[in-house]
Amino acid sequence: MSPPNDRSADAAPFDLKGSLFTLTVLHLRRTDPAAIERHLAEKVAQAPGFFVNVPVVVDCEGLADADAALDLAGLIACLRRHGLVPVGVRNGSEALVAAAQAAGIGVLPEGRGSGRRAEPERAAAAAESERGSGAPSSRGNRLSTHPVRSGQQLYAPDGDLVLLGTVSPGAEVLADGNIHIYGPLRGRALAGAKGNAEARIFCLSLEAELVSIAGRYRVLEQTSSEFWGKPVQIHLADDHLIIELLAR
Amino acid sequence: MAKIIVVTSGKGGVGKTTTSASFATGLALRGHKTVVIDFDVGLRNLDLIMGCERRVVYDFVNVINNEATINQALIKDKHCENLYVLPASQTRDKDALHKEGVARVLDELRQSFDFIVCDSPAGIERGAMMAMYFADEALVVTNPEVSSVRDSDRILGILASKSRRAEQAEEPVKEHLVLSRYAPERVERGDMLSVDDVMEILAIPLLGVIPESPSVLQSSNSGVPVILDEASDAGGAYGDLVARFLGEQRPHRFLSVEKKGFFKRLFGN
Repeated sequence: MSPPNDRSADAAPFDLKGSLFTLTVLHLRRTDPAAIERHLAEKVAQAPGFFVNVPVVVDCEGLADADAALDLAGLIACLRRHGLVPVGVRNGSEALVAAAQAAGIGVLPEGRGSGRRAEPERAAAAAESERGSGAPSSRGNRLSTHPVRSGQQLYAPDGDLVLLGTVSPGAEVLADGNIHIYGPLRGRALAGAKGNAEARIFCLSLEAELVSIAGRYRVLEQTSSEFWGKPVQIHLADDHLIIELLAR
Repeated sequence: MAKIIVVTSGKGGVGKTTTSASFATGLALRGHKTVVIDFDVGLRNLDLIMGCERRVVYDFVNVINNEATINQALIKDKHCENLYVLPASQTRDKDALHKEGVARVLDELRQSFDFIVCDSPAGIERGAMMAMYFADEALVVTNPEVSSVRDSDRILGILASKSRRAEQAEEPVKEHLVLSRYAPERVERGDMLSVDDVMEILAIPLLGVIPESPSVLQSSNSGVPVILDEASDAGGAYGDLVARFLGEQRPHRFLSVEKKGFFKRLFGN
């Protein structure tokens, strides 16, 4: 048994921990570089700023056996030209895995089916954003005037999320910045989703299932919180989640 | 132009088919040419509630597959003029429904009807999605308990993001809340969510409150939509609901415990 002092003397300079991230996935259907370039330019033009420095995973599940013909290095260059940061490939052939290793990007575990299951959710979020965002958005800020219903997910990458309606139980709202809810928060709210510890959550009535800032989370129950049903802000101090009443 | 109304809930057993049958009958009684479609392929029930189960020859899936014409499959209701039933197939499953086929059948029905009522199956799978997709308005049937309210909330989210109107960025589907199986005594005792509790969570306009009533079961078993039992509380509540849907102002009834008079207490009902 060594005394505790000994261990702290040569403590590891870092911690290695697993963490979950929401990543943008590029589901490839064809390998024609010109077509990819054209469609990518269109997409980026629709929402300039939205794709800047966004990490993206290339998923080859939708390709036939022809993905050996995919010019991965060319694709990576193309993505970078448009501001995206390719970080890995998924569901690729052996040749493609080798190409990914050569290009210095990661190989993600096969997610057969999972990519497809996530799609409707993303489509829902996209449809929601079309309906909800009438406001001019600076950075990735996002405004929704509709209630966020059970099963819906709303994400504001690179910005704040402002919600004028209720967040229902079973709904999830995420932002890389702050989350402002001008109504009751009854579902899950995750601010600072990419690790911004300065992010905060504000709501008019705290009835949440879970709140999280930069990965520090807490599940809430009615009986366990003196702040239940009250207007609060939630922030991080010394790596602890602090809930406090909003000053009147 | 015909209006397409889906009767939906997410959760099973809350009263979708009962509501579809009474709502469609109520619209027809008021002179609107109405058809009610059973989307619950494989678990056909609407025909039983409407009392036409022995007259089903062709069904919705036959029409989608071009094995029968619409007119061959439509069953004229025996209780009222202006009302037709398009039954589901009992021997198939929900995969028999596809967007193109359903769209074609609805387009054809639009030519000759004022209202098309779609009775959705429970769940959020194919049958329910097909029933919701083309809707202009939705009756969301909810029971005053937490699981039903959460499922209804989920359905409202889907209507707002995955319906045809949402996908084509048209005006959103108009949502109406139907609170069924409501028992004021149990609300007073605190066993059941109140109208206000449910309204606070779902935040959509209340179209009607249907009281828990033995007349609903009696009507279902005898194949007569409960709205035709005008003396019953549930029948009266559905009558009010249809009137409100068509724009009339009617106060909500059956929200509080009925005070029993001296004689009623003595002799019962």
